[in-house]
Amino acid sequence: MSEQTRLRVSASPHLAGPVDTPTVMWSVVASLVPVLCAAVWFFGPSALLVVAGATAGAVLTEAAFKKATAVRDGSAAITGVLLGLCLPAGMPCWMAFVGGAFGIGAGKLLFGGLGQNIFNPALLGRAFLQAAFPLAITTWPKTGLPWSSLRGDNLAFPFTSPQVIDGTTAATPLGVMKFEGGVGLPSVMDMLFGRTGGSLGETCDAMILLGGAYLVLRGLMNWRPPVAIFLTVAVFSGILHAIDGALYQGPLPMLFSGGLTLGAVYMATDPVTSPITPKGSWIFGIGIGVLVVLIRVWGGLPEGVMYAILFMNAFTPFINRATQPRVLGAATKGATS
Amino acid sequence: MSFLATFRHGVHPPEHKELTSALTTRRMPFPAEVVLPVRQHAGKPAKVVVKKGDHVERGDIVAVADGFVSAPVHASVTGEVSSIEWWPHPDGSSAPAVRIAVSPHSAQIARERTVPDWRGLEPAQIVQAVQDAGVVGLGGAAFPTHVKLAPPKGTKVDTILLNGCECEPYLTTDHRVMVEQADRVIHGLRIMMRCTGAPRAVIGIEMNKPDAIEAIRRVLPKDLNVEVLPLRVKYPQGAEKMLVESVLGLEVPSGKLPISVGALVQNVASAATIAEVFETGLPLIERIVTVTGLGIRKPANLIVPVGTLLRDLLAACGGMTDDAREIVFGGPMMGQAQGNLDVPVTKGTTGVVVLSDAEVAREHVHPCIRCGKCLDACPVFLNPSLLGRYAQRDRWEDMESHHLNDCMLCGACSYVCPSNIPLSQMFGAAKTMLRRTKAADAALAANATATVKS
Repeated sequence: MSEQTRLRVSASPHLAGPVDTPTVMWSVVASLVPVLCAAVWFFGPSALLVVAGATAGAVLTEAAFKKATAVRDGSAAITGVLLGLCLPAGMPCWMAFVGGAFGIGAGKLLFGGLGQNIFNPALLGRAFLQAAFPLAITTWPKTGLPWSSLRGDNLAFPFTSPQVIDGTTAATPLGVMKFEGGVGLPSVMDMLFGRTGGSLGETCDAMILLGGAYLVLRGLMNWRPPVAIFLTVAVFSGILHAIDGALYQGPLPMLFSGGLTLGAVYMATDPVTSPITPKGSWIFGIGIGVLVVLIRVWGGLPEGVMYAILFMNAFTPFINRATQPRVLGAATKGATS
Repeated sequence: MSFLATFRHGVHPPEHKELTSALTTRRMPFPAEVVLPVRQHAGKPAKVVVKKGDHVERGDIVAVADGFVSAPVHASVTGEVSSIEWWPHPDGSSAPAVRIAVSPHSAQIARERTVPDWRGLEPAQIVQAVQDAGVVGLGGAAFPTHVKLAPPKGTKVDTILLNGCECEPYLTTDHRVMVEQADRVIHGLRIMMRCTGAPRAVIGIEMNKPDAIEAIRRVLPKDLNVEVLPLRVKYPQGAEKMLVESVLGLEVPSGKLPISVGALVQNVASAATIAEVFETGLPLIERIVTVTGLGIRKPANLIVPVGTLLRDLLAACGGMTDDAREIVFGGPMMGQAQGNLDVPVTKGTTGVVVLSDAEVAREHVHPCIRCGKCLDACPVFLNPSLLGRYAQRDRWEDMESHHLNDCMLCGACSYVCPSNIPLSQMFGAAKTMLRRTKAADAALAANATATVKS
């Protein structure tokens, strides 16, 4: 009988595929390491402090309300690191921590945890910080400072305002486009490799594309939303540029400035908050691309990636419903209720 | 490779066929006892016609078919009926079964039989002979073979698709049949083509069995329109609808059978069995079973008398290793795990896979992250993620309106799910719930009508 008692009786299939959810999540975190390294290269120790603050806020909040297995699946860590990467280097750590805590707490746990949330938690955290600390989140440190110097008042005491150091704000490429008519815009190569002002992770697009390519090749990332976003932004801004080249920037500066690459590769591909169907992914990506150009060109803000993605997140359930796959052998297309 | 015929979607689990693919089938020694359940096929269970104490010879009938969609059961050994009782069934339930104590002194040689020449038989007579021999689909589903040989009125068989895919990992039963009994496979196909009037046949074999493709090609008949089509290795290639899509490029309409597009799918081992019936007159009383997995000491392809107990089969293969964790009847993707070593091998048992600790699936379930891998895996284009969320909330009717009935429980979605959600298990349960609800509703409606009338 001992033979019989150690046998397991489970439902078929009795084999499991090559990847599990923690593997997916931690691979995403691993693919962000080069982006983080680039951020440290350009912004010094401040980059590590901000990302660590945001990650601690996200992970500790998850740990406070969820079982240890939920923390170990790595999803909170992704939120924290991504949030950190879309903040400026001079941000006080405690603000980053609050952003991470809000993103996980209000953006994910309130909805029921992993898989239940409507909005991307990292972006929701950033939106919260933008509303709460509009000054700190638009204070871009100058490039060319000594590597080891802090790029702002990172270590400000919690719930105190950071000391504003004169002359620390620099223009970002998008700010130049928006407010200075594009005069003094850095070259596309500088944008691609990160020698511009901006948030920690958004300046070095090359590293982001590298990380995304790695995830796509391993089959861990949906490549459709970023491709749809890039194509839409390129085509839309290309048309505008063709209409009036002096007024509207061309496709390349549009593509490689601001948070577009980070948002397209790492935020719009969040499986939970983006459509599950291939057709839906294209619609989602095109929608984001159109909104980004609309906000950047005609909106009041220089950057629109965050709001564009959050806006399309809200449409995801409807897109899913409208793009159900056609069942094999079904008579009509889109057969769903 | 990528230009090989195939279907859309599907998965590619590790094959593990190397454990047994090169092993010649051998006959296992007769056990001391066999147990023959009356339910070994899809359709109505057979009716027992022997009683306790009866002497039966190998091949004698012990239970007759109950209607057309049913198959008889024959004694697989010479011996004495020791009892007729409820016995554990490999599907997890129990069923009435005929227990036969094997006569230790018998040579186990079947009676002499007269075999009619199949060329002189009418199609209806062939169908009858196949039913009388208790032949069922040997690919696992065990649908009575003769039913498919008599297509409903108004339908015509344009193509017989002989299924040599064996897309389940580990199993090498069909593989060995094709390599060792290629002549019989073709002979059985010839009988089926005559019986159904099909002008053409295609034998679909996955590319991972080059020796089987070679063996069948060597004996292809010149007088018939028969060809071998190598297929890409992908699960579930052997499912009827997938085979039709791969070979003919047609979609079987939702809710319909392959015959609706003029196709008839039969397993290669079933074809070989039909040939054997018309060669020897012996009914289906034994089959080839692949006993494999890292949890069994001596993997083998065995000729096993139907009704052999799992315990005896494992012993014939050297027993289980110390790290054996799960015994599966059938392949690991759709097979049934066994918790009782006294279950018998039935006509539909394609293999016994003993999985070790290292091979069994993970147990921890994570929340669905809507990654969409299940949508890319589903060969019938369902949305398993959505169906799974409905299932967790007991929304059976919503599942039905999202085409649950098209699901064939192949398990591709559960296999790829990174969160390890038991999707196909939930879908199977939902199908059962819907069936029961409908039966209860119908009974209630009938009751109400009766009350009104009286």
